[in-house]
Amino acid sequence: MAEFHEISPNAAAGEKLLNWIDNRFPLSKLFKEHMSEYYAPKNFNIWYVFGVLSLLVLVIQIVTGIFLTMHYKPDAALAFGSVEYIMRDVPWGWLIRYMHSTGASAFFLVVYLHMYRGLIYGSYRKPRELTWLFGCAIFLALMAEAFMGYLLPWGQMSYWGAQVIVNLFSAIPFIGPDLALLIRGDFVVGDATLNRFFSFHVIAVPLVLLGLVVAHIIALHEVGSNNPDGVEIKATKGANGIPLDGIPFHPYYTVHDIFAVSVFLMVFTAIIFFAPEMGGYFLEYNNFIPANPFQTPLHIAPVWYFTPYYTLLRAVTSEMMYALIACVAVGAMLAVVKGKMPTLFKGLIAGGALVVVAMMLSIDAKFWGVVSMGGGVVILFFLPWLDNCAVKSIRYRPSWHKYLYAIFVINFVVLGYLGTQPPSAIGGRVSQAGTLFYFGFFMLMPWWSRIGTPKPVPDRVTYTAH
Amino acid sequence: MKTMGFTQKIILGLLLALGLAGAAQANVGGPAWDKAPNKTNDMGALQNGAKVFVNYCLNCHSAAYMRYNRLTDIGLTEQQIKDNLLVTNTKIGDTMTAAIDPQQAKAWFGVNPPDLTVIARSRAGAGGSGADYLYTYMRSFYKDETKPTGWNNLLFPNVAMPHALWQLQGERRPIFEALTEHGNVVQVFKGWEQIKPGSMTTQQYDQTIGDLVSYLQWMGEPVQNTRVRVGIWVLLFLGVFSVLTWRLNAAYWKDIK
Repeated sequence: MAEFHEISPNAAAGEKLLNWIDNRFPLSKLFKEHMSEYYAPKNFNIWYVFGVLSLLVLVIQIVTGIFLTMHYKPDAALAFGSVEYIMRDVPWGWLIRYMHSTGASAFFLVVYLHMYRGLIYGSYRKPRELTWLFGCAIFLALMAEAFMGYLLPWGQMSYWGAQVIVNLFSAIPFIGPDLALLIRGDFVVGDATLNRFFSFHVIAVPLVLLGLVVAHIIALHEVGSNNPDGVEIKATKGANGIPLDGIPFHPYYTVHDIFAVSVFLMVFTAIIFFAPEMGGYFLEYNNFIPANPFQTPLHIAPVWYFTPYYTLLRAVTSEMMYALIACVAVGAMLAVVKGKMPTLFKGLIAGGALVVVAMMLSIDAKFWGVVSMGGGVVILFFLPWLDNCAVKSIRYRPSWHKYLYAIFVINFVVLGYLGTQPPSAIGGRVSQAGTLFYFGFFMLMPWWSRIGTPKPVPDRVTYTAH
Repeated sequence: MKTMGFTQKIILGLLLALGLAGAAQANVGGPAWDKAPNKTNDMGALQNGAKVFVNYCLNCHSAAYMRYNRLTDIGLTEQQIKDNLLVTNTKIGDTMTAAIDPQQAKAWFGVNPPDLTVIARSRAGAGGSGADYLYTYMRSFYKDETKPTGWNNLLFPNVAMPHALWQLQGERRPIFEALTEHGNVVQVFKGWEQIKPGSMTTQQYDQTIGDLVSYLQWMGEPVQNTRVRVGIWVLLFLGVFSVLTWRLNAAYWKDIK
């Protein structure tokens, strides 16, 4: 605990007040540690604005959510009408609602870009593993938040989307049907489901999200930010102990971020005011029909931000299972033949692979589709331990890595596009190839990330004054 | 600059991939939707549409989230609404409820006539806007004695709804031409033939439907024109604000070497 600090009785009123607070709460200390004396690399580029934009969208969602909750009715008979009431009769209710619905899509957009930044600059690597893990947990919580929030307008897509996704849980052997029943609180999605999803959406998941965001930022400020060169700025400090390539977050990055925020808001408000449905991608047309448990829509598609993972799910057919079994068999064989490890481990791997193959043969493909969808998210958590490249940043990786990352992005978008479309023969094959690439990218990373010669990494960051 | 080049390559690749995917999906079945005239800014057309809606649609269809007094937004006074559009026992602040008893409706048509408040928003799709769909739908009825109601619809085959506006449009018959495609004979829709005239000419009828559909589109989101108007001011403000924050940023960053 700090010493009690006396201040001159002639000091200005503001100084006296600050001194009074600082003796009781570390206000100045916190501001210094996290803002004015938090040194960030000076070579951040445009990729570094999406973290602060995620925080902005989180605040927008919480504030608009509070106002929506004042008028929304979580009741199967009233929910759809209460949303229309907000859109028509609540003063400026339409603006609050469009901010919230557009905010959901904006959230995923900025978070995907933020994660991609981490991927190309190796921001997940030592010593930032925990920052990355907290971030992945935020992504998972965000998906839960968005999924449950989407049920609340109680339109046809809300209803049938929830029905499809909750039914997936029933594919889990033994506990599945009971688990699905527990989630729904009923045998079909109904009033009980709507009430519990509302509760999760407005309080449970947001609490978790906020806690994780705080942990994400604390972890980041402990280790300091990475940068596009992947150079540790703390390795080169001046005589005063401050990194030579570091600049105080405040004011340099605060003014930077205010500019980024104003440009972001132009795009965000343009969508809200001129295209709030965004051609059916942000607000699906079918969701303007009230939920009808007796009428299944011809084509059920999740909102765009879930579609890459939805394609990972749909790609796993009983046919695809043979390809996956072959992958497991070949992987285990290579490990046993090529791997340098004790015989005991090799035996364990071979035995494990046999058990997995037996399970893959005996359990329905639908379950493995669920595993594929969940695994697509969970695999991100392991990234810090999958990457064996000698350098962090894409700038100094072997050139061919760039093409691989480019294909990864294109593949992800194609998976997303296919998830919005009704199933088709060609689409099915493309999504299966895309699924294999998606998992191959991560699971083979320990091997491919070592191949090739990285370029020399400079000692200091590269920066040209604006 | 190296990284920018990398990003640009990715964006180019994305556009290419999406272009290919889009081309593969371009062929979709079903009759093409006609383009509806957009008159959501035309008060006269909207008022006429409201009149047609109240006189013809509201007998069976509700607009349960639409209040009568919201019609002041399309230039009607409360007195005009009371005198011309309100049915007995309804108040100006009430929502638009159908005269028909839902149970009877179900017995007569097999389904409950859907609520029309946001029908125009819900019917948008790959073929066009919801207004386009409704504009085509309301002009695609034809006489079909094999159906319980005596009516069928080219856009919505076996539709439960009879042609509510038949007195205006009269009776029509679709003309098909048999074409051979890949060795199969297919019936291709060629146009309409008027069998019995209605009280309106085709041109007048199309214009009335255009007004009605514009009204439905407006009713789906009564705030839509206000929204765009406010949006322009918000963007103008943010444009100026961005210039200021851009210069503020530059003023601070000129110190960083």
